[in-house]
Amino acid sequence: MNTEILLPSETVSFVLLGRDTETKFPLFAARVPAGFPSPAEEHIEDRISLSSYLNGHPDATFYVRLEGDSMIDYNLLEGDLLVVDRSLHVRSGDIVLANVNSEYTVKKLEITETGVRLLPGNNKYKPIEITEDLEFLVWGVVRGVARRIRQ
Amino acid sequence: MTSLFALVDCNNFYCSVMRVFHPELNNVPVVVLSNNDGSIIARSNEAKALGLQMGQPFFEARPTIEKYNVVYFSSNYTLIGDMSARVHSTLARFTPNMEIYSIDEAFLDLGGFKGIDIPDYARTIRNTVRKWTGIPVSIGAAPTKTLAKLANRIAKKSEKANGVLVLTEAKHLEAALKRTDVGDVWGIGSRYATKLHSFGINNAWQLANVTDAFAKKHLTVVGLRLVKELRGEPCTDLEIEPPAKKGICSSRSFGQPVTTLNDLKEAVAVYASRCAYKLRQQKSACRVVTVFIHTNPFREREPQYYNTKTINLPVSSSSTIELVQYATMALEHIYRDGFAYKKAGVYITEIGPADGAQMNIFDRVDRSKHASLMLTLDQLNKSMGKGTVKVAAEGVSPIWEPKAEFSPPCYTTRIEDVLKVR
Repeated sequence: MNTEILLPSETVSFVLLGRDTETKFPLFAARVPAGFPSPAEEHIEDRISLSSYLNGHPDATFYVRLEGDSMIDYNLLEGDLLVVDRSLHVRSGDIVLANVNSEYTVKKLEITETGVRLLPGNNKYKPIEITEDLEFLVWGVVRGVARRIRQ
Repeated sequence: MTSLFALVDCNNFYCSVMRVFHPELNNVPVVVLSNNDGSIIARSNEAKALGLQMGQPFFEARPTIEKYNVVYFSSNYTLIGDMSARVHSTLARFTPNMEIYSIDEAFLDLGGFKGIDIPDYARTIRNTVRKWTGIPVSIGAAPTKTLAKLANRIAKKSEKANGVLVLTEAKHLEAALKRTDVGDVWGIGSRYATKLHSFGINNAWQLANVTDAFAKKHLTVVGLRLVKELRGEPCTDLEIEPPAKKGICSSRSFGQPVTTLNDLKEAVAVYASRCAYKLRQQKSACRVVTVFIHTNPFREREPQYYNTKTINLPVSSSSTIELVQYATMALEHIYRDGFAYKKAGVYITEIGPADGAQMNIFDRVDRSKHASLMLTLDQLNKSMGKGTVKVAAEGVSPIWEPKAEFSPPCYTTRIEDVLKVR
């Protein structure tokens, strides 16, 4: 049922919508229960969350996708989603996301008295010696890895 | 009220966001373009040095951009919004009270930190935000918001300050005010600046020392408050709970001219549903919906049309379904055939608390059903991603969506868009 209402000339007259017009929006035809009390309510804990397991500070955590086979010896495979935490203090031995001369690369960082090196995890590739003429920055530390087995 | 306000401002925010993901752009001129790639809305310092202007149309800037290999991007508000949230949330760790002032600015309460060296603390804030999010910020701290803003400006410009300036001592305040032109004081527009110059008031120090009567007469009550703040008397506190908005507008220029009523309907439905969502976020409802449409005024040879229609709702509402229906009615009323429309928008006003809505005896809408429906809709869209569920009127792949040809990926919000690394 519709009811017509007339409004001042500034506005249009319009039809106040009755129940029958709701069929125009089939998406919302179903009733949604507003919730019911549950006896388990007081015992509810948050479900296990992989992101809170993998991530450090959420504000400092970013994900990147690994390509190539340069890190297979560290069990990091092509297609892995790497969890990079920028808040971590960088230590020798960390697997890091670095940027060398405008190229991103994931490698193991080695800091010794003789210098800084990025070590691949595959003997097909050579370690990268960080020399002064290279533009080098550690973007973040790889804190974890997520991999799907079944696509 | 706190005894020390700090304004944290992201440096060239939109450009800095791009540099986080593209370190190779450090020291390279970068600009970010507005919706529809129409004009420049952010410039790196190198781009500023080339004379590129804020708001400059892209086509006009293009020769300079090409000559100097300026890197340009469309704005990706999803990415910008997420990076902004990261910055704000990092800042929140450093203060008990914070006002998010804009997408790239926040006021922090640094008062009452006993035994802590404030400049040192501010540098820690700056370094942490830089390390965690990659975004460089400048920090200005002072006894009032107006002075904090002024300190921030100097912090950003002065090499010596290196991004952090705390103004608490009288002699430092005096020096800072003296080196700031009145036109650069927060809240003094170019008209007032000209007026003040004509009175011989050129810098902020002179402005701080006018009489109250002078300030009130020439700058109104707002100006008097500003003058008091320059003297170090705080007149405005942190706004921790942002006030409920009095009007909400959602509008966009179209990526290509829109001629059919159907396409316009889709656009208007999307805008109305955005308004409804914003209303629900602030737990408000609106009483008035206005729709406007217009052609491109810059295409003078084409027939021009501009119209707007306002509809009073019988009962305040924040339901997407209702607002879309009313906005569509308004649009149907003003739509005329034969025009190439450039822009449409929905504006809602008479906003009040959702629970204080007046009833209407003719009301046939099942309000509790609508409310629970909207709750479910918002939850679904939150958990499954924006736009998962929407009203059919919004359409599926609209032709009117703004074009952003040089848009960067959503590095932080879409898993298929994350950086690829080797």
